Amino acid sequence: MSDEKQFSRRDFLKTTGAATGGIIGGSLLGGFIGFNLNDGQSEQAEQNKTDGHSEGDKSTGGSLSDKTRVFFMTDEDFNVVEAAMERIFPESKVGPGAKELGAAYYLDGQLAGQWGSNAKEYMVGPFYEGLPTQGYQSNLTRAEYFMIGINKLKSEAKDKFDKAFDELDEKDMDAILQDFQDGKVDMGVPKKTATSSYFFTMLRAATLEGVYSDPVYRGNRNMGGWKMKQFPGHQHSYLELIESDEFQEIDPMPNFGM
Amino acid sequence: MVKELEKVDVVTVGAGWTGGIIAAEAAKEGLKVLSLERGKRRGTKNYQHVHDELKYALRYELMQDVTKETVTFRNRPNEKALPMRQMGSFLLGEHVGGAGTHWNGWTYRFMPYDFEIKSMTEERYGKAKLMEDKGYRFQDWGITYDELEPYFDKFEKTAGISGEDNPLGPERSDKYPNPPMVKTKSLKMFEKAAKELKYNPYMLPSANMSQEYTNPDGEKMGACQYCAFCERFACEYGAKATPEVTVIPTAEKTGNYEIRTDANVVEIIKDGNDKVKGVKFVDTVTKEEFIQPADVVVLTSYMLNNYKLLRVSDIGEQYDPKTEKGTLGRNYCYQTSGGATGFFDEQFNTFMGAGALGMTLDDFNGDNFDHTDLDFLHGGSMATTQTGARPILSNPVKAGTKSWGEDFKEESIKNFTRTISVAGQCATSPHKDNYLDIDDEYKDAYGLPLVKLTYNFTDQDRKRTKYLAEKSGEVLEKMGAKHVDVFGDLKDYDIVPYQSTHNTGGTVMGDDPKTSVVNSWLQHWDADNLFVVGAGNFAHNSGYNPTGTVGALAYRCAEGVIKYHKKPGRLEK
Ligand SMILES: Cc1cc2nc3c(=O)[nH]c(=O)nc-3n(C[C@H](O)[C@H](O)[C@H](O)COP(=O)(O)OP(=O)(O)OC[C@H]3O[C@@H](n4cnc5c(N)ncnc54)[C@H](O)[C@@H]3O)c2cc1C
Ligand code: SF4
Repeated sequence: MSDEKQFSRRDFLKTTGAATGGIIGGSLLGGFIGFNLNDGQSEQAEQNKTDGHSEGDKSTGGSLSDKTRVFFMTDEDFNVVEAAMERIFPESKVGPGAKELGAAYYLDGQLAGQWGSNAKEYMVGPFYEGLPTQGYQSNLTRAEYFMIGINKLKSEAKDKFDKAFDELDEKDMDAILQDFQDGKVDMGVPKKTATSSYFFTMLRAATLEGVYSDPVYRGNRNMGGWKMKQFPGHQHSYLELIESDEFQEIDPMPNFGM
Repeated sequence: MVKELEKVDVVTVGAGWTGGIIAAEAAKEGLKVLSLERGKRRGTKNYQHVHDELKYALRYELMQDVTKETVTFRNRPNEKALPMRQMGSFLLGEHVGGAGTHWNGWTYRFMPYDFEIKSMTEERYGKAKLMEDKGYRFQDWGITYDELEPYFDKFEKTAGISGEDNPLGPERSDKYPNPPMVKTKSLKMFEKAAKELKYNPYMLPSANMSQEYTNPDGEKMGACQYCAFCERFACEYGAKATPEVTVIPTAEKTGNYEIRTDANVVEIIKDGNDKVKGVKFVDTVTKEEFIQPADVVVLTSYMLNNYKLLRVSDIGEQYDPKTEKGTLGRNYCYQTSGGATGFFDEQFNTFMGAGALGMTLDDFNGDNFDHTDLDFLHGGSMATTQTGARPILSNPVKAGTKSWGEDFKEESIKNFTRTISVAGQCATSPHKDNYLDIDDEYKDAYGLPLVKLTYNFTDQDRKRTKYLAEKSGEVLEKMGAKHVDVFGDLKDYDIVPYQSTHNTGGTVMGDDPKTSVVNSWLQHWDADNLFVVGAGNFAHNSGYNPTGTVGALAYRCAEGVIKYHKKPGRLEK
């Protein structure tokens, strides 16, 4: 940990009054002290995950490489979804796209977890087709839904252009994605089970989450999403800056970074 | 075998704002109080690493577990209601603190007009203006602003509200306990434009502390750091007034209060015809069932479960939209937002802010403007706020921009720090077709039916919302926006996108048992020792956030509970 960071932490404690035994000092300092103890380690792990240069084989001793996957079993599926996400959030003048930012790795982790298995949703049947205003009514988990959608991306590419989705020209990928968004692709299952437009909605949302969520979720690599957007991530306090009329450029910090 | 526990003086169902207020006041009076809370214990020490947009703002870490309980929903009485499988439109609370943990803290007092909307409308415009022939069901609340004023004052002091006088506001017995929050550049621009338009802007009354504060019960709160992770998050500084930093410790330090967590109440147990004996609850971990007897039962489980517990316990008569008989479930209302987004060339520090940092005005709220030529009643508070923009959920682009691809990316990144919104938070009108019932198909984890919500926006709501949106757009033009998009056209109410957790009605208060569920002490008409408090008591929703008024009602209810405990019987006004 650099001196600079230590200084800013002390500074921060001063401004909040926590250092002087401020009223919530107990719990707040408790949080900090506990954190200090393993700060060095977590920062190291964070770097392994986010520096974007390490190859899989560089990782040792159980830390993650930036290519680690848990949900997508085949490179083919992974490459397709990664290419689709890159079209939703492409590399451009302002900076990196979804691919470089690791959004597909973010999605991989999410589909393997609670979100992918709809563990936090009311999934009690019966399942009926609803009106759009009634929201998600499918009996599928998101993991199942995504696999139907990805297989459909593959078959659309094959049927229309006789190529793998991720090998298509950008404009052809966009045309397929547009059909998905417009609900024009037949998913081969009843409408109440899955529609192409809802798949697209989920894919788009996951892309934005993957480029902008805290790097702990494996996307937003190097905090590149935040840097482009001039979002400082986690900062303890803006008390000293909030009244300034000047725009403030602040280096971003991850949630567990300071 | 259901185990019967030792009787307490007062039991509350839930430990959020309303439960905490009842507990603090009754425990201070020496009553033994128990809160049964379905969630877990939590407090400031759990909130030291909450600056994670995905986990808290998108995955609802602090909120209701809808695998166990949700609602079913349809727009119209002739449609099939289906379960809300994931939260969206509103974000229900769970665990100690309830939704009070992750609220913003905009803390308004409803207007004198709200409490007497029917009489005042008749007097100023004549009876036809109420549009009863079109299904609208405005009614007086059985209490006046003046009667509630001391309770507003009390809640504001407990919660340390930071604010300044509203030039159009009603009489106050005292000023806000804390000075207003600071003004940012966008707030100053709003203030200047509004004044040029001859409106009356003032700083939004905020439950984020503008300075360190000790409340009358001796609870200390830190100063807000404008950390920008406030709404949907919890405060790591104890600088946002929440039940767990105010009323709950106040209740606990009396030695007369206990919270039992993992305790989901499933029934109110009746005792003869005009009393209740206590409640039945399930331990959510072991699934054991218990009976908790109490002299007084107070429902403080948010308006949905307050309704549901009455209904499944068969207390009161369910409302039927065809015959309009019954009062339970009636007058469900919500809130709409009619606003505009302005695009500027210059950059603003939009990523800084606090949950209730804003400027607001009431020139188009309540009956502050003439409705003679308008075909709606009421209005909304207009505000610009700086609550802290975060990158996943804030991607402003001009209307008509494609929602993905290079243009979207470039534009949303550019506009993240270059847009300001102004919006009217609008009242909604009670209508005979909008109501709560229970579902006959879907059940919760304990085998009880889900609450069934039938709701759509009314014509009045649509017109009011559009009106506020257009006025908001004019303010943004005046502020110098290069481009303004106005959002004022409501479609059918949609349960998917977040709108507000300002659900109201279902257990309406009043002075007539034919049109209300509780009296002005929030005492149930059919059971003297049963009190029901929350935004469910509202007979319509105002053009403000609810909790200032909910807090005031809870203080009044607490006084009623204490009075009742001293001298059981029907409380007279
Ligand atoms: C994101 C967000 C922002 C908000 N911002 C504002 C704002 O700026 N201004 C404003 O005025 N309002 C705001 N609100 C609304 C405000 O949070 C609520 O009005 C307020 O918290 C309601 O208090 P309550 O005590 O009625 O219910 P709650 O706070 O919901 O508490 C009810 C408690 O009861 C428990 N419970 C429910 N059922 C049972 C049962 N069967 N058995 C046992 N326990 C049970 C729940 O777990 C919960 O803890 C906001 C809400 C949200 C979600
Ligand atoms: S904005 Fe202020 S009140 Fe809200 S969480 Fe941050 S420090 Fe606490």
